[in-house]
Amino acid sequence: MANPIISVENVSHRYEQQNVLEDINFNIHQGSFVGLVGPNGSGKTTLIKLMLGIEKIQRGSVKAFGKPIQKFKNEGRMSYVSQKANAFTRGFPATVREVVSMGIVSNQKPLLPGQKSDHELIVYALKQVHMKDYLNRNIGDLSGGQQQRVFIARAIVNQPELLILDEPTVGVDSENVDHFYQLLSKLNQELGITLVLVTHDIGSITTYVTDLLCLNKSIHYHGDPSGFENMTDKERSKLYGHSIHTITHDH
Amino acid sequence: MLDAFLNYDLLRNTFYAGLLVGLIAPLLGTFIVVRRQSMIADGLSHVTLAGLAFGLLMQKKYTLLVFTPFHTGIAFSIIGALIIENLRDVYKAFQEIAIPIILSLGVGLSIVFIALADGINTDIFSYLFGSVAAVSGADLRLILYISWLVVTFVVFLYKPLFALSFDEEFAKVSGIQAKLIHFLFIVMTALVISASIRIVGVLLVSALMTLPVATSMRIAKSFKQTIIYSIIYGEIAVIIGLTTGYYFEIPPGGTIVITSALLLGFTLLFKRIQFIVGIKRDDRNAA
Repeated sequence: MANPIISVENVSHRYEQQNVLEDINFNIHQGSFVGLVGPNGSGKTTLIKLMLGIEKIQRGSVKAFGKPIQKFKNEGRMSYVSQKANAFTRGFPATVREVVSMGIVSNQKPLLPGQKSDHELIVYALKQVHMKDYLNRNIGDLSGGQQQRVFIARAIVNQPELLILDEPTVGVDSENVDHFYQLLSKLNQELGITLVLVTHDIGSITTYVTDLLCLNKSIHYHGDPSGFENMTDKERSKLYGHSIHTITHDH
Repeated sequence: MLDAFLNYDLLRNTFYAGLLVGLIAPLLGTFIVVRRQSMIADGLSHVTLAGLAFGLLMQKKYTLLVFTPFHTGIAFSIIGALIIENLRDVYKAFQEIAIPIILSLGVGLSIVFIALADGINTDIFSYLFGSVAAVSGADLRLILYISWLVVTFVVFLYKPLFALSFDEEFAKVSGIQAKLIHFLFIVMTALVISASIRIVGVLLVSALMTLPVATSMRIAKSFKQTIIYSIIYGEIAVIIGLTTGYYFEIPPGGTIVITSALLLGFTLLFKRIQFIVGIKRDDRNAA
């Protein structure tokens, strides 16, 4: 198999007195759609922050595109839609176009030249998420689901190879969640973007993802989602429930 | 009414300095407001006051002529900016605490320096409220350099600045050097504040950085428009404020800020009327 896009080796992490991640090992390969699931407080967000290089590694190593993450220069290959994308300052005076244009920062050009090609990139990205008609609308005027699609456009405007999404469906109403996953599936299959989707909602993603990664401090399952589906409820709750128990025990 | 400003050297300096400040204060002010850091300008302006008082004291005691109070004001402002950045790092969960710390330190130092210089004199008064006759040729040149630096900074780093203001985490993932840009930004803010103090005074600097932005945000449809309108509002306030201040012999800080507040009031009223008219029209159309 080709070299992995991301490889995480022996990673452990703690905040203050508490272990949040214990001995994590896995690889993410080109073209996959990875669902990273786990209950609240299982260390999902910490793990992806380590993968993105915005949290300092304490133990173990993370490599992105073959390079240690500390030395990796992003330049648009890896992108991110954060949990907090919905929590930007409401009423921030910016249009959809401006928000998406933030994604084009790797080629840091001055304000004046090169406007046209940026515009084409922005329109293309918005088309992918079916938001082209909202180009000049104010971001604060859109619904939660629409905003989230704009943030995805912002994340893919540089045509990244890897896109990491942290709980992107928070604030999206349940009817639209399925559409949202279909959209991600399309980005994965048609544009070939490798995806890591973080969620605590395990039920609905198993039909879309190619790999499932169950995290609760340590990795409890990694593999084909069908393998997870074929498990009995008892086995599953053992995976999940047992570790939930440990967490409550810790406090 | 503008004749006097263009015919007397000293007034002309003030007028040009006012125009420059009317450009750079709202320009940086827009980023400060959307980052919810409006209070930073207040903190820094009081540290600048300490620097100005220190400069006046030095002038008086040692007739130190190489550095003017304006220079020491700039130096203190930059040092204050660095302390704020540092405190924000120390108190990660209570970042706003840096402002009262630096503000009270600034006022405390100012009182000490002013007392050592044997009390309040007219110079201090002009620094507190601004003055139409305070700008020398050398001051104007320095304000011009500062303006050039600030405009260049924003033009070249527009995208990273915008991205950091909107969503810091995403900006960091995109490879933006957040720390470096924050640092440069606060140094630029310090420079703008010390430049603006000549015109609007210590107490009202933050008003010139925030009022035009507050007005602009009500009518702008995009971030770029917010910047452009806030500069227009800033310039209108400076021009009207300086001329009326001169004719009525009022420190321009007061007239500029009152003009800004009136512009804000009119804009809010206009938006309100527009809103009501819109509802009525919709009602008619629905009927």
